[in-house]
Amino acid sequence: MVGDFSGLWSLLVLQGRFFWAIVTRLKEITLCFPFGFLPGKESGFRTWTLYIYMANLPENQRIVITGVGLAAPNAANLHDYRQKLLAGKSEITAIDLRYMGEAPAGVCTFDETKYRKKKENKRGTRAGCLSVYCAHEAILDAGIDFSEYGKDRTGVYVGLTEHGTVETENEVYNISKFDYNVDYWTHHHNPRTVLNNPAGEVTMSLGITGPHYAVGAACAAGNAALIQGVQMLRLDEVDLALCGGISECVGSFGIFASFKAQGALAEHEDPTKASRPFDRDRNGIVISEGGCMYTLERLDKAKERGAKIYGEIAGYAINSDARDFVLPFWERQAECMELALKRAGMQPREITIINTHATGTRQGDVEECKALRRVFADCPHTYINNTKSHIGHAMGAAGVLELAGNLPSFTDNMVHPTINLDNLDPDCALPNIVANQAKQLDNVEAILNNSFGMVGINSVVIVKKYKR
Amino acid sequence: MTRDDIKDLILDIIADIDEDAEFAGLDSDKPLRDQLDLDSMDFLDIVMELRKRHKLQIPEEEYPELATLNSCVNYLEPKLKDQ
Repeated sequence: MVGDFSGLWSLLVLQGRFFWAIVTRLKEITLCFPFGFLPGKESGFRTWTLYIYMANLPENQRIVITGVGLAAPNAANLHDYRQKLLAGKSEITAIDLRYMGEAPAGVCTFDETKYRKKKENKRGTRAGCLSVYCAHEAILDAGIDFSEYGKDRTGVYVGLTEHGTVETENEVYNISKFDYNVDYWTHHHNPRTVLNNPAGEVTMSLGITGPHYAVGAACAAGNAALIQGVQMLRLDEVDLALCGGISECVGSFGIFASFKAQGALAEHEDPTKASRPFDRDRNGIVISEGGCMYTLERLDKAKERGAKIYGEIAGYAINSDARDFVLPFWERQAECMELALKRAGMQPREITIINTHATGTRQGDVEECKALRRVFADCPHTYINNTKSHIGHAMGAAGVLELAGNLPSFTDNMVHPTINLDNLDPDCALPNIVANQAKQLDNVEAILNNSFGMVGINSVVIVKKYKR
Repeated sequence: MTRDDIKDLILDIIADIDEDAEFAGLDSDKPLRDQLDLDSMDFLDIVMELRKRHKLQIPEEEYPELATLNSCVNYLEPKLKDQ
């Protein structure tokens, strides 16, 4: 009788891969020392063990992006979005806000009735409308028809900065026309304003019966929802994660007014020039609506069904400043980036593109630059860009929308620029900021995506080029 | 308001709720819910619109009176006779 040697063979293959990973890492260490690379406080056996572990993750623990659906203030699909970002032309407009008057803002134009009826859009929320569109587009892009995945094994995780502000403002305005008689308050208020509304609208539209909920993490929410998706897949809670971020905030005068009161709302006679991170003449945030949803899958299943793979989520981190309601703090931001790199088993110099969070506020931009200076001190081949300069700050959608804009760089090797950078603020003068013109590189290996938010939340996601 | 005005009012409110609603072939004696894409939340919208447009306060126990187009007209006719 012939024995079953498949177990032994797998063990030998694993040992071989383990050995090769050690050789590769030792080779890198040997090459790094002469160029001044010295492992910092994260050095030691534990770190190197983590590097080796990360380089050898089993395929059912490797999470890949296989579909992208988006609505940005300049495009309603990834292809157009990428072209607009490479061309470097902003489509920020001026909108007329209740009580406030005009302000620059990013407004999305997309086919709102492509996936559901006008009636459903009217009953739901703008955030729900954006979520449903983006979720369907992501599923379509991924080529998923749910014959591969059970709808009960699909999770929907939507990152939100806030939700319900738009609806509440509208309802208060509505009853003001009826002498504040609450008999005129709508029965739609509660289902529209519960925090799971946008994710729930997705499940109703797609018939998904797995878990759905919101991830609230201020402007780090998009990244946070992406991280939630990764974790749920690794825990085997779901087989398909539909996750991303949404923002409907241009419908709220209160959000604009609050930033204005804080001295952080951008003003410019030309709205397309209002969002200008790192520029000496920046004067605040341009608020945008938007949405971006991804399909995340385990690598083994994605390969099995022959999925197109945009990239692999290599590492992530979330931490807290624990000090101020609004002011950012560079040390925690740096620690967050370092933790994400450590979890990815990567060195800073292995990052090709950093998509900065910078929103165009004086302090925020400088704090992030301080953090980048510390973490990426000696990385001549790491390039820095900023997507908010094109699309404004899409709040809960910002992290995922900005990451999506960079994902095609794995295939076109281009870095889209930071636009409106006419006079670089000396405090933001980092090497390799890609300013105003897209840059062609030989190869893009990894993208680090920063997203920070109020009340001191920082998030970092690292996506690397998928390699078999 | 005449009976026809009331009929038009109800259809106008429904058209506001669902722009795609198809009224051709609508049977005035059959429940609106069976013929149109309407659910309980939509009926609350109809009640709210009657309140906003004509200051009508319809008690919850009388909601079944709004089941068909004809029952709507019968129920609303005395309430809207002076409007």
